[in-house]
Amino acid sequence: MSSTSSRQINLKTQIEKLKRQDMFFWFVGLITLAFALLTLLSLIADMAMTGWPRISQSFFFSFPSRFPDKAGIYSAWVGSFCVVLVTSLMAIPLGIASGVYLEEYAKKNIWTKLIELNILNLAGIPSITYGLMALGFFVYRMHLGQSILTAGMTLGLLVLPIIIVTTREAIRTIPSHIREASYSLGATKWQTIHNHILPYSSGGIMTGVVIALSRAIGETAPLITVGALTFIAFLPSSPMDPYTVLPIQMFNWVSRPQEEFHINAAAAGLVLLTMTLFLNGTAIYIRYLFRKKYKW
Amino acid sequence: MVKKAEVVNLNFSYTDKRILNGVSLPIYENRITALIGPSGCGKTTLLRCFNRMHDLYGAIQYDGKINLFPDELNILSDEIDPIEVRMKIGMVFQKPNPFPKSIYENIAYGLRVRGVKKKSFIDEKIEDSLKKASLWNEVSDRLNSSATSLSGGQQQRLCIARALATEPDILLLDEPTSALDPISTAHIEELVTELKKSVTIVMVTHNLHQAARTADYTSFMYLGEMIEFGESSQIFTNPKEQKTENYITGRFG
Ligand SMILES: Nc1ncnc2c1ncn2[C@@H]1O[C@H](COP(=O)(O)OP(=O)(O)O)[C@@H](O)[C@H]1O
Ligand SMILES: [Mg+2]
Repeated sequence: MSSTSSRQINLKTQIEKLKRQDMFFWFVGLITLAFALLTLLSLIADMAMTGWPRISQSFFFSFPSRFPDKAGIYSAWVGSFCVVLVTSLMAIPLGIASGVYLEEYAKKNIWTKLIELNILNLAGIPSITYGLMALGFFVYRMHLGQSILTAGMTLGLLVLPIIIVTTREAIRTIPSHIREASYSLGATKWQTIHNHILPYSSGGIMTGVVIALSRAIGETAPLITVGALTFIAFLPSSPMDPYTVLPIQMFNWVSRPQEEFHINAAAAGLVLLTMTLFLNGTAIYIRYLFRKKYKW
Repeated sequence: MVKKAEVVNLNFSYTDKRILNGVSLPIYENRITALIGPSGCGKTTLLRCFNRMHDLYGAIQYDGKINLFPDELNILSDEIDPIEVRMKIGMVFQKPNPFPKSIYENIAYGLRVRGVKKKSFIDEKIEDSLKKASLWNEVSDRLNSSATSLSGGQQQRLCIARALATEPDILLLDEPTSALDPISTAHIEELVTELKKSVTIVMVTHNLHQAARTADYTSFMYLGEMIEFGESSQIFTNPKEQKTENYITGRFG
């Protein structure tokens, strides 16, 4: 009797101690989060307030200019769009195919392991390295020049690992009993991939694709290396044309001494940020849709 | 009694681990053969040899034969494509595993895989197999709704219908009721008994009553070996082997 009650008391003090620990970590977590969020929000708010007055139709449809109030982002957003289009055409099919190959076809041996390890490492390489490699390979070796094609393929290489890794992860979430159901009905490997694996993982794959593209849109360093120009007063008419992109236009304006150009930079930044947020929102929505659609 | 298939001296191993040791047994046409034995004795492993499911994962070895009659075709032979085997032998798994597609598409899939395109034929087959799986009355008005919205018992009957739609020679069932409630279980048992008129059935079960109730033949496995095969009535009332008797009287397992 007495031993039971003393054990209960012990348990109580133990639980209180744990609860205090809980509170402490909750508090520390909250402070850290608040600090990070506030910093980010104040940066965004500052940029938004500076740039907002400059946002107008003419800002979107004017070429860069010596006069800050006449300068716009026409060539920049069209350039960004064209570059990301090339990136998509290259990285999406290649990335998905590589992911499917590694997950479904590749024999699990030392070579596959090595390739997997390499892809993971590629995802962590500083982006300027891709720029240097692309300068040597696309510009000097393949003579593609300082073109949209070069830029798109450079960014394509940059985001390829992201697409490969998310494709594999999406495929891996499909339970083996679903595959086995397909095979047990006499389906071939390709039928199983085509009819089940790809459709059921398409939510995850598309999420990865959108995240990869939003990364590509904001990337600057590798494009400076392969020669994006900062002053383009015409629209490209072929993939071999020179180009500029939003972040580079922004970078160019920031480095001007005149205050008015800084306002332009903030406005361009606002556009870029909105695009990226929109893309990431799309990714979250796609994931939500497919979560609802495919459950097992 | 006509033999539909026979397992002859079958050994099976994962890379370095022997799981089945010299297993032999006949499978009679239009009869239910139950595989019983303690958990881990190799029932599922044996069942998955029949449709070469193990081939999906590599690093395995078959040794011995499973002959399919009337041609006495050894389905474990290297020259035979596992896909060809799976076209002839259907399977229902322990956990219901419908595709996250419509009821209609689930059942149509086996036919689509075989290149069937004609809608009227597929429609007919779907009605036919849903009736055989005694699910038609419950779903006939919502063939286009998602299969995952069905109850567990209905899902399992859908999986049976899916396997039946391609008219397999043999239907493999791996503890088809272990994830179901008693009412759904009774439903499936009834259904299986009905099904043997049109298909040969091999069923793994850990439920001895289920085997006694439904199976015509029962084989008792222990540690990867076939200890005893016989008519269910004989195995459950008058086993020849001491190990079988110990198992069915609940002394181990
Ligand atoms: N992929 C695998 N690799 C190695 N051993 C396995 C594998 N799958 C099952 N086994 C082993 O094979 C034995 C038989 O398993 P199983 O056929 O599933 O038994 P049962 O269905 O009779 O419960 C068990 O000892 C199990 O650990
Ligand atoms: Mg089992």
